[in-house]
Amino acid sequence: MANIKLSAEKLDELKAVCKSFNNDKGELINVLHKAQGIFGYLPAEVQEVIAKELNISVAHVYGVVSFYSFFTMLPKGEHPVSICLGTACYVRGAEKVIDEFKRLLNINVGETTPDGKFSLACLRCVGACGLAPVVLVGEKVYGRVAPEGVKDIVAEYAK
Amino acid sequence: MAKYKMHVLVCGGTGCHASESDTLLENLKTIVADKGLDNEVQVIATGCFGFCEKGPIVKIMPDNTFYTQVCPADAREIVEEHLIKGRKVNRLLYVDPENKEHISDSKHMGFYKKQLRIALRNCGFIDPENIDEYISRDGYEALAKCLTEMTPQQVIEEMKKSGLRGRGGGGFSTGLKWEITSKSVSDIKYVVCNADEGDPGAFMDRSILEGDPHSVIEAMAICGYCIGASYGLVYIRAEYPLAIDRLKTAINQAREYGLLGQDILGTGFAFDIELRYGAGAFVCGEETALIHSMEGLRGEPTVKPPFPSVSGYYEKPTNVNNVETFANVPVIINKGAEWFASIGTEKSKGTKVFALAGKINNVGLIEVPMGTTLREVIYEIGGGIKDGKKFKAVQTGGPSGGCLTEKHLDTPIDYDNLLASGSMMGSGGMIVMDEDDCMVSMAKFYLDFTVEESCGKCSPCRIGNKRLYEILDKITQGKGTRDDIDSLRNLSHVIKDTALCGLGQTSPNPVLSTIDNFWDEYIEHVTDKKCRSGQCKALLQYYIDPENCVGCTACARNCPVNAISGERKGIHVIDQATCIKCGACLEKCKFNAVFIK
Repeated sequence: MANIKLSAEKLDELKAVCKSFNNDKGELINVLHKAQGIFGYLPAEVQEVIAKELNISVAHVYGVVSFYSFFTMLPKGEHPVSICLGTACYVRGAEKVIDEFKRLLNINVGETTPDGKFSLACLRCVGACGLAPVVLVGEKVYGRVAPEGVKDIVAEYAK
Repeated sequence: MAKYKMHVLVCGGTGCHASESDTLLENLKTIVADKGLDNEVQVIATGCFGFCEKGPIVKIMPDNTFYTQVCPADAREIVEEHLIKGRKVNRLLYVDPENKEHISDSKHMGFYKKQLRIALRNCGFIDPENIDEYISRDGYEALAKCLTEMTPQQVIEEMKKSGLRGRGGGGFSTGLKWEITSKSVSDIKYVVCNADEGDPGAFMDRSILEGDPHSVIEAMAICGYCIGASYGLVYIRAEYPLAIDRLKTAINQAREYGLLGQDILGTGFAFDIELRYGAGAFVCGEETALIHSMEGLRGEPTVKPPFPSVSGYYEKPTNVNNVETFANVPVIINKGAEWFASIGTEKSKGTKVFALAGKINNVGLIEVPMGTTLREVIYEIGGGIKDGKKFKAVQTGGPSGGCLTEKHLDTPIDYDNLLASGSMMGSGGMIVMDEDDCMVSMAKFYLDFTVEESCGKCSPCRIGNKRLYEILDKITQGKGTRDDIDSLRNLSHVIKDTALCGLGQTSPNPVLSTIDNFWDEYIEHVTDKKCRSGQCKALLQYYIDPENCVGCTACARNCPVNAISGERKGIHVIDQATCIKCGACLEKCKFNAVFIK
């Protein structure tokens, strides 16, 4: 677990988010979405603050965070790369695209490069099956990606 | 819409959006304004046209011209040639793959000919961010009719008579579900729209929400009227930002028009809708899990009964329907149950939307009457298999469904026929596979998905699926035995019989259906240690043909594990025990001497 201290400013922002949902524990998932939007990920400290504000146990918060794949407790890279592993992308060769990213960035899925530039993740179907296989870098969608095209995508962001 | 002479409709669905349809839209708007045509020509973004393979799509009305694969740079030519001079831009028209003729009206394209669009009726026709356009196509008329002319019981009877069944996969009668919830006694009830489309490869719900959000809002209000609920919730995936935006816009517009809120249309009926976000959990498509997730808990299912209709969201009666189911409701009320029931097969009425993807020429979203055969869908609408390869299987129903083969091609598609063939309707994903796909690997792919998505509450699903995955992995590694296939079968049946929810009860379907339909392929993997499609790397063997080898040493120099030996200008040999089958030698050999056996 990364050892970070929350700044007073961010702490207030987080508390304001909880308050905007009336500190209602039924809104936990919405609160977590907003919190991840602020911090980029959900470190233990953030979960502790949320637990206190919503008056629930930290275990409850952690249970929810670890259950849903959208939530992450690890910081992502500056350019998060996500490769779609939906069935349509899979049958059109997404696995080979993943292998090429792994080789070029020298990291595994779920990891971030040492310089913090790229992180690699898989996701299930963005619904752009007509463009399979699909790769997302941040919010930008790259369609019909061939293993040979991976180096160009990486080069675009490596500067 | 009448005040404009011409309308330019640009697809704003996610697929086309990813191919720069937003820049194209801006370019078109700018050029139209530059030419001073903005009083005569309306340029709008619509929902998905369905023909994603050929996106981005631009349609010009009223002359019904359908342009395909339009780039932002084509905007000027479309405006100058088509809009001003009235000449169609031929190079952007769809070319019939058979006779190479240009087709400008989508009605005449193979992709659209057999389709009947009910749930998708407005997708690609209207601006989803403008409620007036929805209203101009009979929008909210059904709600008005229900509130002013019909009693809740009459509406329920109409729904029952229409024969509409749940489009999310279960296939339960919608009218019956509404009736059960309406009979539950409680001060508060809820209408929930399940928009947690987790099936990888299916995107119809998202397209409906992006292209026609008001149809879902209207249907939820009708459902609220029938069951006595004044509160609706849409549980939507956080991965669908565009759909969330459009839905929020639509809800606000409906509130402004008094179609949501207190005293709707002066009838005293109150109904409002809020959004709840999913966070990436396939199991949340199961209605009890979905309800727990909406309560801010882990999305774990619970035993039914009690059904949500009796005890759901915060233990209040809750009616959960899927997006596509809701999208059908307003049309049924407007055109009548008899009209709807006249479409489809004996027990499956109406149409079904399928997301056609995989190794097929026309990838996209299609809607066909129930009873259409797989052959019609794959060959006529889908345009056949990509690159002229041979059809091998089609996987329906997503990770819970099964693989169907050539012998099923003429089976009319409906809930019961698909079940009888060992698959299921599911939410409507349809992935086509060709001869290059290994069916054992395919089963493994789905099990990998299930293992990751299993919530872990019940042991058959948590442990059983993991074991299934391990056995399949062993087989693809070339270490499988005949007994492993028997174990797969036995374990699959145990999981099906004992798992808690729909996810576990259906997760072995891909295994069972591939064993049943591709028995030979399993046997080849375990006895001959061969994978006919060449997908299982561990089962491949690389050899060097002594006839072609010139001894250039390129292969040996590039081999990462030094498995290749041989003198310069002498014949090289691969040591099978050391080879890791990476394929580097095959790639580097300029003399076609390396081959796979």
